[in-house]
Amino acid sequence: MNEEKYIPKSKLGQWFDSRLPLLTLSYHLQAYPTPKNLNYWWTFGGILTFCLITQIVTGLVLAMHYVAHVDHAFKSIEHIMRNVNYGWLIRYVHANGASMFFLAVYIHIFRSLFYGSYKAPREVIWIIGLLIYILMMATAFMGYVLPWGQMSFWGATVITNLFSAIPFIGESITTWLWGGYSVDNPTLNRFYSLHYLLPFLIFGLVILHIWALHVPGNNNPLGIDVKKNSNETMPFHPYMVMKDLFALLLFITLFLWFVFFAPNVLGHPDNYIEANPIVTPSHIVPEWYLLPFYAILRAIPSKLGGVIFMFAAIFILMLLPWLDTSKVRSAIFRPIYKKFFWVLVFTVILLGYLGAKPPEGIYLILSRLATAYYFMHFLILLPILGRYEKTDPLPMSISDPVLSKPGVMDKVKKAASEYEGENVGSFK
Amino acid sequence: MKEKTLVHLNNYYKKTVIGILMSAISFSAFSEEKKIDFLETNWSFEGIFGTFDRASLQRGYQVYQEVCSGCHSVQYLSYRNLSEKGGPEFSVEEAKAIASQFELEDGPNSDGEMFMRSARLSDHFVKPYPNVEASTAANGGAYPPDMSVLAKARAGGADYIYSLLMGYGEPPAGFELDDGVYYNKYMPGNKIKMSEPISDEIVEYSDGTQPTKSQIAKDVTAFLVWTSEPHLESQHKMGFKTIIYLIILITLVYMSKQKVWSRFSSKTKEEDETFDKVERVITEYEGEDPKSFK
Repeated sequence: MNEEKYIPKSKLGQWFDSRLPLLTLSYHLQAYPTPKNLNYWWTFGGILTFCLITQIVTGLVLAMHYVAHVDHAFKSIEHIMRNVNYGWLIRYVHANGASMFFLAVYIHIFRSLFYGSYKAPREVIWIIGLLIYILMMATAFMGYVLPWGQMSFWGATVITNLFSAIPFIGESITTWLWGGYSVDNPTLNRFYSLHYLLPFLIFGLVILHIWALHVPGNNNPLGIDVKKNSNETMPFHPYMVMKDLFALLLFITLFLWFVFFAPNVLGHPDNYIEANPIVTPSHIVPEWYLLPFYAILRAIPSKLGGVIFMFAAIFILMLLPWLDTSKVRSAIFRPIYKKFFWVLVFTVILLGYLGAKPPEGIYLILSRLATAYYFMHFLILLPILGRYEKTDPLPMSISDPVLSKPGVMDKVKKAASEYEGENVGSFK
Repeated sequence: MKEKTLVHLNNYYKKTVIGILMSAISFSAFSEEKKIDFLETNWSFEGIFGTFDRASLQRGYQVYQEVCSGCHSVQYLSYRNLSEKGGPEFSVEEAKAIASQFELEDGPNSDGEMFMRSARLSDHFVKPYPNVEASTAANGGAYPPDMSVLAKARAGGADYIYSLLMGYGEPPAGFELDDGVYYNKYMPGNKIKMSEPISDEIVEYSDGTQPTKSQIAKDVTAFLVWTSEPHLESQHKMGFKTIIYLIILITLVYMSKQKVWSRFSSKTKEEDETFDKVERVITEYEGEDPKSFK
């Protein structure tokens, strides 16, 4: 657990490590001190790494059988589903893997929001994480286009058309993105190329994300600084590895339940109809994980305004470390923030629900209210709370709450009073 | 006391928020597609252990062949699939015989000529029309959809297809219908260009099953579910085995994790540490060794 300089045991190891310190890196990763009070919300980092690797590996195999051409794409997917050995399994893992990836990333992000993990000194980890999230959305969107079903085609048409809202150069940008005058074969080809590239950029950012994490170390549920190399931390291996593995296996069970027993429940039936530029589906909806942003897009009456607000909804999170001025990290000690946190969770889920509904009547009114609240949370509530909220007293160390657990202190007091024959309540 | 009230209030608040979340989620899940109540059927292929009824699939193939295939293609299905495991499981000879009933164009041969030959096991199902346009033109401007993945391409899946087949009827008073358009209770918009395809005894079953309308609809629906998901049975089987394996693995990993963690800190250990701390302070205070205390 100590951070003293690591020297490999074998001569060969020393020779190699002095030239490329891979062994030192491996030692550092194993010995990395983690706070002992991390709860299971902290296991999603490992789960997300698993998701990324699963997507890359299954995607690699799918790419061996997929044909990126408007005349063959849909057919090649059916070829994978029917004729490739276990092709159905690989494709269902990949398709549901995207949903599971987003499920995990949303939990990861909201965990960070609850426990204030984005605050100093972890702003850079937070921003890299958001960049990963943005790349994930781009990758998922382009991946959804590849099967060339109706939702693929019309989803691509709607999203790429957003860029035409940019004044003056919008139309040219859209044409440039399409590689023609409508979503067609060139569009499919470039989306395939980028869909293959972006995951590796994500992988690179994940390395930076973990690197940036290993500088200040993990936040923890109490949000207070941990004394490194004390009995408050435990080495990553084997303690966190075992705990993460346990949580990962539970996650995999849920994941595979979808794959084997409800593989299409998270997708849209229309995507099993081959793309047809002449027939527009009655409702064009993106995948569930993009719905909150879709709701914000449609809540704004002007097209350009909608696009601006949709992107602002993501980029406002980049400013979060400076919008939330409270010095206390964890919501456990912020009684008012804690309540608003849950209201935000509710608002985002509500936006997701509204994104799947037609933008009319009560749905439109609710989307506007929810959008306004979403921005109000970050731009008004957080700065005000940072200033005026009366936070609860913080414990001295992460071992402290253990002492104040009901039972333990009573026992001590009782034993002490038996010994001394008097009340030692003041002892604390 | 005040703290307790606060904790109580807080718990109450938590419960309310979770309640709202849950009801919002279930509301959104249920309000989505449940506007139409499809006819209820107990499908043998539903659920974790679901398998196809071979006889029903074979009858379903017959219905497809005799009733649907005049207009609807199943272009992603091959004749060999008919004899593969998890499907209708015709014998290879039977599948060969089925394939040989159909003719398709092949070529060019060594003279550069295209020629007609009878289909083999390796061929895809022969389509009724050469392309979508021909099929649309021959059917009054409405393209009869390819049925390869139809059960996955419609909200409601098997229930929808079965209900649609059973849902023909007289339109309610005042419902305008053009020529060549029919009323169907379960079709979105209630207008359909396909005339009622099945009726009692439209096919003759060789296995003695009564060819009632609903029986025929059930058989062909099961067949279409299989064409959409030909590996459904192995999917279910592998899924069950995997979940059992995972449950065992999770138990073992959990026990290992507990064992590993007990090395570092257990509750008792922390309590001991607390006692030690207290002891130390008391020693300093009293200036004597309180070891007997423990």
